[in-house]
Amino acid sequence: MTSPKISVRDVSLRYSDGKESLRHINLEIERNAITVLFGPAGGGKSSLLRTINRLNDLTDVDHLSGEIWLDGENILDPEIDLIALRRKVGMVFARPVVLPMSIRENLTYGLELAGEKNDATKDRAVESSLKAAALWEEVADRLDDPAISLSGGQQQRLCIARVLALEPEVIMLDEPTSGLDPISTGKVEGTLQELKDRYTILLVPHSVQQAARTADHAAFILEGELIEFTAGKKIFTRPRDQRTEDYIEGRFG
Amino acid sequence: MTAATNRRQWTQRIGFASLALATVLTVIPIVLVVGIILVRGASAINLEFLTAPPSDGMKAGGIMPAIVGTFLLALGTAIASVPFGIGAAIYLAEYASENRWTRAIRIAIINLAGIPSIVYGLFGLGLFVLFLQFGTSIVAGALTLAIMTLPVIISTSEEAIRSVPQSFRAVSISLGGTQWQTIRRIVLPQALPGILTGVILGLERAVGETAVILFTAAAFFLPSLPNSPFDATMALPYHLFVISTQVPGMPIQIQYGTAAVLLIFVLIMNLIATVIRSRARARRQW
Repeated sequence: MTSPKISVRDVSLRYSDGKESLRHINLEIERNAITVLFGPAGGGKSSLLRTINRLNDLTDVDHLSGEIWLDGENILDPEIDLIALRRKVGMVFARPVVLPMSIRENLTYGLELAGEKNDATKDRAVESSLKAAALWEEVADRLDDPAISLSGGQQQRLCIARVLALEPEVIMLDEPTSGLDPISTGKVEGTLQELKDRYTILLVPHSVQQAARTADHAAFILEGELIEFTAGKKIFTRPRDQRTEDYIEGRFG
Repeated sequence: MTAATNRRQWTQRIGFASLALATVLTVIPIVLVVGIILVRGASAINLEFLTAPPSDGMKAGGIMPAIVGTFLLALGTAIASVPFGIGAAIYLAEYASENRWTRAIRIAIINLAGIPSIVYGLFGLGLFVLFLQFGTSIVAGALTLAIMTLPVIISTSEEAIRSVPQSFRAVSISLGGTQWQTIRRIVLPQALPGILTGVILGLERAVGETAVILFTAAAFFLPSLPNSPFDATMALPYHLFVISTQVPGMPIQIQYGTAAVLLIFVLIMNLIATVIRSRARARRQW
């Protein structure tokens, strides 16, 4: 097995309102695979994602300890280049948040922030990211329409494309299909399967079923603790921990 | 229907009727004020009234210097207050953390909005006119009006900036944006209509203000327009005060005409604010 893309080492986190927290999380995230973080709501899955791209810097965090290594760099180091980190680790949120601009501008926004001025480069990024997110066919002839005019499922694939346009290495998705109908959900999941050849994907699914469908590796997180982590889908058929089994079989959460 | 339900129905009807009555009663005075002034003033307003200076001891001629003066004061107030007001609003909404300091600043802003305008006038007289030796001038008046206007601009702009969804900021930051890039490219464009509305409402207050300019900027009568920002000026509200109380035998026509022009000035600003707001609402994508 090659070295993991991301290693989370003994990470603990507490917000100042004491709401959600992480307790001594250790986790290795492999490249070119979909690693799923599942468990009841409020257990700390989103917090872990938001720690990995340091989006939690915007929140009131009381305590954060441990290390997260990404390609030999500890990204919890205060000195790290956050802009570079966030371009490398893209994030898709639970509800599709399209920026109040056109489809094309949504895709070029990140590039422009980074100083890209060349129109040809931007056009190429628009096309390739839309194709990778399986949205190109549906929007190619209306790139200048407001992004809000897309359907919910299209908006979420646009959000994925927007992350892809920055050519990240890791893509994190926080319940990306929670507001979508089954057909749109299927399309997003299909997109992820195609993307995993080129990216490291970290997914918080919106149901156990989705976790089982999409996972190459899976971690069960409960009340801020990582209960169980397995390579492959074993966790869904033969969980080792009673709590994992209870959750998978729907006895709580 | 039982007697109890019947009674509840009646209570409800009486309740609705009194609320409707209260609403009508508040609207009547506004309609009367605007209506009477516009109707009575209309006959005085003609091209000469708008373009000529007063003549014959203000009993004839027009009010052009007062119109121009009010316009210049509003412009000066905007130049002085808008950059500081919006800057402070951005700082408070986006950068400042909630602590004792920012709470104190917010309380100060709220209290500034409640200070009587005559106090601002005396403050401006002391600071700008006398101490800084600007004299009774457009500059002194505009700066004083700007201080008076700032609380309105700051609080409405802060409100507008805060109403931009937090998720837009998170997305922009997660795409590698700095906080300033996020503010400039997402937050400010989305908040702009709200900010403009606040600016116009603030300036409206300045346009109608009399006590402040009485001490800092206004002249009783000037035969010509001001040549520099350090000249005194005539202005509509003060001119209205003068011709209503200080000039014996003043034709009532001219008084109503002046009041109507001032009112139209303010109504136009209101109209602009309303148009900006409704157009922004129609185009808003969130």
